[in-house]
Amino acid sequence: MEGRAVKLSGARILLECLKREGVDLIFGLPGGAVLPIYDVLYDFEGIRHILVRQEAAAGHAAEGYSRTTGRTGVCLVTSGPAATNLVTALQDALMDSIPLVAFTGQVPTHLIGNDAFQEADNVGITRSATKHNFLVKDGKDLAGIIKEAFHIAATGRPGPVHVDLPKDILVKEWPFEYPETVHLRSYNPTYDGHPGQIKKAARAIVRAKRPVLYVGGGVISSDASPELYELAELTQVPVTQTLMGLGAFPMAHPLSLDMLGMHGTYYANMAVHNSDCLVAVGARFDDRVTGRVDAFAPNAEIIHIDIDPSSISKNIQVGIPIVGDCKRVLGKLVEAVREEMKTYPQGAVKEARRQWTEQVAEWKRAEPLRYEWSDEVIKPQYVVEEISNLTNGEALMVTGVGQHQMWAAQYYRFKHPRTWCTSGGLGTMGYGLPTAMGVQAGNPGKLVINIDGDGSFAMNSQELATCFEEGLPVKTVIINNGGHGMVRQWQRIIYKERFCAIDLGSSPDFVKLAEAYGCTGIRATKPSEVVPALEKMIATPGPVVLDVRVNKDECVFPMVPAGGANIDMILAPPSREVRDRAAKSQTGF
Amino acid sequence: MADASGNTKHTIAVLVENKFGVLSRVAGLFSARGYNIESLSVGETLDPSVSRMTLVVNGDAFVIEQVMKQLHKLIDVIKVIDLSVETHVEREMLLIRVNAEPAARAEILRIADIFRAKVVDVTAASYTLEVTGEETKIEAILELLRPFGIQEVVRTGKVAIARSPKARLRRVEEKLGKVAPAQPANQDPRVVGFAD
Repeated sequence: MEGRAVKLSGARILLECLKREGVDLIFGLPGGAVLPIYDVLYDFEGIRHILVRQEAAAGHAAEGYSRTTGRTGVCLVTSGPAATNLVTALQDALMDSIPLVAFTGQVPTHLIGNDAFQEADNVGITRSATKHNFLVKDGKDLAGIIKEAFHIAATGRPGPVHVDLPKDILVKEWPFEYPETVHLRSYNPTYDGHPGQIKKAARAIVRAKRPVLYVGGGVISSDASPELYELAELTQVPVTQTLMGLGAFPMAHPLSLDMLGMHGTYYANMAVHNSDCLVAVGARFDDRVTGRVDAFAPNAEIIHIDIDPSSISKNIQVGIPIVGDCKRVLGKLVEAVREEMKTYPQGAVKEARRQWTEQVAEWKRAEPLRYEWSDEVIKPQYVVEEISNLTNGEALMVTGVGQHQMWAAQYYRFKHPRTWCTSGGLGTMGYGLPTAMGVQAGNPGKLVINIDGDGSFAMNSQELATCFEEGLPVKTVIINNGGHGMVRQWQRIIYKERFCAIDLGSSPDFVKLAEAYGCTGIRATKPSEVVPALEKMIATPGPVVLDVRVNKDECVFPMVPAGGANIDMILAPPSREVRDRAAKSQTGF
Repeated sequence: MADASGNTKHTIAVLVENKFGVLSRVAGLFSARGYNIESLSVGETLDPSVSRMTLVVNGDAFVIEQVMKQLHKLIDVIKVIDLSVETHVEREMLLIRVNAEPAARAEILRIADIFRAKVVDVTAASYTLEVTGEETKIEAILELLRPFGIQEVVRTGKVAIARSPKARLRRVEEKLGKVAPAQPANQDPRVVGFAD
């Protein structure tokens, strides 16, 4: 055997490659085309396989695993319907820049294009839903493709990569040699920002009177929180976070403006609107953040740090673009800012910033996040607040998509990066439970809480079976308002209360549903029951579903109606006078 | 020339890996983002592992910038060059089969001669001509032949090549170490991410 490559089946080559990539966990569901892989997996050591109940869940679980551990998530499903089910998770990961490698089975190469059983044009279907995809046509290429797939997924702007594996490739034997390095002449992401641009940015930040840092998921994926913290402290610039960026900066910090945008805070939106220098870091000016683009930060010089050149000046024209990795660029920016500050008298920058931070603090005092307390019905915001209190901001949080997601983003006090998973870009209902499952699998022993809606939870509730069977003690809190709350909110505010197709009633009985899957079910119907129920949920071993029946008429505020300017926030009553004040200060500031 | 809405035609050369599926990635990018390709032609380069696409895109400055960036984002794309910003030569080929009644045959041949078109096939009732040239020339011969009755036309879409041997030469010399590489300060910071 010496000097010659070992011959292995394609299926074994796949698993050997995964092992060499450090993969110890796969989320998957078997089927005809991938059975050769499962046959090798039968006695393959070092890789745990978690059997999901639906293929999209495998993708979401891999997303959750990746987001919280910082490693590339892996999922494996069969051909045809399995691959088409997976597409939603791939698109979700693409929108949120989550590194995944997804393997799908394919019919044998001689049957491709013959409308064979469980055949779908997987690479055609996933082409626009992935960062890149491969169809393995020759077993000799398999190891190289896997190496490239992991490289592409985790470098540059991270994202999902899909590898389609025809069955005959998996069965036949091929010479196996694992490539140690990857060279792609066409793919060379830029990591270090342009020094001249960084200097320019440092000068702009130090000289600005009303600067704001606007940080997104890129800060989390490049682990740039320490550098961000240093920059904010050093320059006394307030920090607002996008939905994907939550956890990048501690919310308890006096400079934190919390979330901005459509359901962002009054003070974040006011600060951004009135800023004269907006530093976007690892954020992409999503329409949920900017509102009407021509009214977004109208007087600010915009600095944009992003690893993806195509994100720059896509939605908002940028004055100082810096292409590079957030961590490296922020590190250099801190150095450059220190240099720049040397030309100022000691403490001058802080002093110059005082007026601005005082103004920001005043906005915070004037219009904090708030809701009306009720002794009769449970307020959803209260539930999230209590989860935040009980966990002291230390839990790993996941959500579904809808009102509950926004309340979780608003009322949970985040402390650390990589403690938050939510479907930001695609807004995938049903994301919560399977993602929480992946988070739990990647973080054994940690408290994982999925805040879900009754509509969103029902879309993937079958994964309770996976949680039970695999011993994944995910705690799900269903903010149960008996319907599609966010749709109801839009119909209330924008469609003149013509409520249509939003009522889900009180079925199913989520407590019984949980029990049917072998999990624990708890219910809370009165405000006084919330804290004891949450305590019980946390204390109960194994997966738990807590069904919290909340006030169905509650709306998420503040809210910027779609297409509106962020300054035109609808604030929760009774704060109309504050809104008037906001309108005035828009011109008066 | 920009039209009333500020749109201009850009000829973009894209060097890509010569692999299956790359064409659909490029074409798919355009359809997914709602950009319109006016023409697209593909062929192998001197290096058989690399194909060169010539794209003609109509759009304003923003659309063109996005097209360039999004093309470059594709993993199989090696290089994107906007030829419209440098001097370049463009050609298109047209095959045209036109009615050729006895009375018209001489006139058609005269036109073909003026346009340096080649007669590539003849039947009792038709001529098939091969014409190459810039878009305006192709349009002109089409106009002139229209009265005779055009049976069928097929156009290749544009191919284009830069006319600037100096820039090319410099790059070769840089690679050979004969001259110092251009200073990064001259680079447009927005395209630092582009492999050049």
